[in-house]
Amino acid sequence: MIKYTNYLTTTYGQPEGWKLPAYEKLCHGYDTARKVLTTMTREAVVDEAKKANLRGRGGAGFPMGVKWSFMRPHPTKPAYLVVNADEGEPGTHKDRTIMEKNPHSVVEGCLIACYGIGAHVAYIYVRDELHLAKRRLEEAIAEARARGFVGKTPFGSSYPVEVYVHTGAGAYICGEETSMLNSLEGKRGEPRLKPPFPAQAGSFGCPTTVNNLETIAAVPTMFNLGCDAFSKMSALHDMKDGGVRLFGVNGHVKKPQIIELAVGVTIREMIYDIGGGVLGDKDVLAVIPGGSSTPILRPQETVHAPDEKNPMHPWHGKSVFDVPLGVDTMRGVGTMLGTCCVTVMAEGTDPVLAFQNLMQFYKHESCGQCTPCREGSGWLDRTLKKILAGKASMKELDDLSDIASNIMGNTICAFGEGTAMPAMGFLQKFRPELEAYVRGEKKGKDARLTVSFEASEQAAE
Amino acid sequence: MASSPFSLTQEREQKLTEILGHYPTKMAACIPMLHLCQDQNGWVSEEIIAFVAERLELPTAHVKGVVTFYTLFNQAPVGKHQVWVCRTLPCALRGSGDVLAQCEKKLGIHAGETTADGKVTLRTAECLASCGTAPMMQVDKEYHEDLTAEKVDQILTRLQA
Repeated sequence: MIKYTNYLTTTYGQPEGWKLPAYEKLCHGYDTARKVLTTMTREAVVDEAKKANLRGRGGAGFPMGVKWSFMRPHPTKPAYLVVNADEGEPGTHKDRTIMEKNPHSVVEGCLIACYGIGAHVAYIYVRDELHLAKRRLEEAIAEARARGFVGKTPFGSSYPVEVYVHTGAGAYICGEETSMLNSLEGKRGEPRLKPPFPAQAGSFGCPTTVNNLETIAAVPTMFNLGCDAFSKMSALHDMKDGGVRLFGVNGHVKKPQIIELAVGVTIREMIYDIGGGVLGDKDVLAVIPGGSSTPILRPQETVHAPDEKNPMHPWHGKSVFDVPLGVDTMRGVGTMLGTCCVTVMAEGTDPVLAFQNLMQFYKHESCGQCTPCREGSGWLDRTLKKILAGKASMKELDDLSDIASNIMGNTICAFGEGTAMPAMGFLQKFRPELEAYVRGEKKGKDARLTVSFEASEQAAE
Repeated sequence: MASSPFSLTQEREQKLTEILGHYPTKMAACIPMLHLCQDQNGWVSEEIIAFVAERLELPTAHVKGVVTFYTLFNQAPVGKHQVWVCRTLPCALRGSGDVLAQCEKKLGIHAGETTADGKVTLRTAECLASCGTAPMMQVDKEYHEDLTAEKVDQILTRLQA
């Protein structure tokens, strides 16, 4: 079900919508942070936040309020908030729009979150390539500081909060939270073993909460509406997947875009209602539901949940494209919600080339720390290139599953799963297409990822 | 301590002082400081590594380790302008392969190379978070999105001038 909302995106497209006057006029600018910091206790903030059922927007979907509640005051060490804006998961293009078009929501979110978790400093870790985003955030922080919202006494309270922008230098892995902490500390961005978890020993060895940027940007809306009311806007409120969020659609659709909707929209609605349908009105070959690490779905797949106690039962027998996009519903159909940005591939796209394209990404971005990931990602890419060149044997095709399953669970961080899970999805769902290359029935030089020229012209209309 | 021949401009020195104030450790300024140095010099030389190590009281090997980990630190001189064409799936679905081929043809180089006049370095990039406005390329610090053959031609002509 599509329910359009316009809390975070109300400044999008407005003249100077990224500046403080627009934020004050359109978003109750900083009224919510003022109320929270001057009238609520820290404990009340965390209790209230839990009611929002906001599942982390970075991809893992961990409940934000619960994460905040892990923060305990330390007798000697300060606490930190680290905001993850290292957006780089292929298919994900949502956080960038917030930073460029509504940066003040992030700054206000930082004030409330810092207060809730007991931190006085927030670092917003932005990937270096997003120069406009960094500039807009820095300008927003400066505007907020000039008005006394950020600094030693925000809103006259005795709770100092500083917000800084920190930049990466080109490494997908730094979006992994412990890698991000190492990178913030000035080290190579190699993930850390957990435990200790960031809430115990995060940045600079101190208690730290790492939240995705969209998560933080949603905080002022949550507290302004009341967290329970915010949660109930979602069709999946009963599954503890609350609120409104940014949805993205890209790939072979007529209108790729980012839009704010209540949780509950389906993949079919994303393709046809939000995305305007498939280029050239072709059929859908497959979709990647939320970033390249989430296993691929095909339209002919259906939900199998005959047991009435199964939370997926309401959608039993339906196409996976008619299941609402939620953290647990997508898990229920064997994939993940991820970042909620759907990549659509039209009929005619070569799935083997798409598979190889993604494995090349993982090979390039593996930090190299763990052998199964470092060697496995390269091995997957090499073998797929060999398959596309028509030089691989059936044995080598079979090996791909072994390689992927030997990465799963054998690495320090989730990058390993992020590589292996989509690989297994392609292997299961496109076996005949892979075999066709091995048998010499298809040739790599004919493989295409784009749809026909006529279709692209239609898109431009 | 060995003196290093590299130094930052006064304006960048001030920026560095400000950056150092953001963190509880000097090490945390390592990546931002390397960016400052590279902005000035175009690439990270051995002299810069020594300069950063000395200023932040870090072992040279640590700084070198950082420089070699992150793809945006140039370990050799690059062209006056840097062009990155996103090659990852969402852009590839919208024709980034054609964009790259057009760049290679017009510039007369392959991805990873610099034109003979030193004006442009062409590279591919992994996902630049612009999937909704694909295909796209980054030129220096700017994004160019929803690319068409005409747009790419205009951008490259400007860079070659």
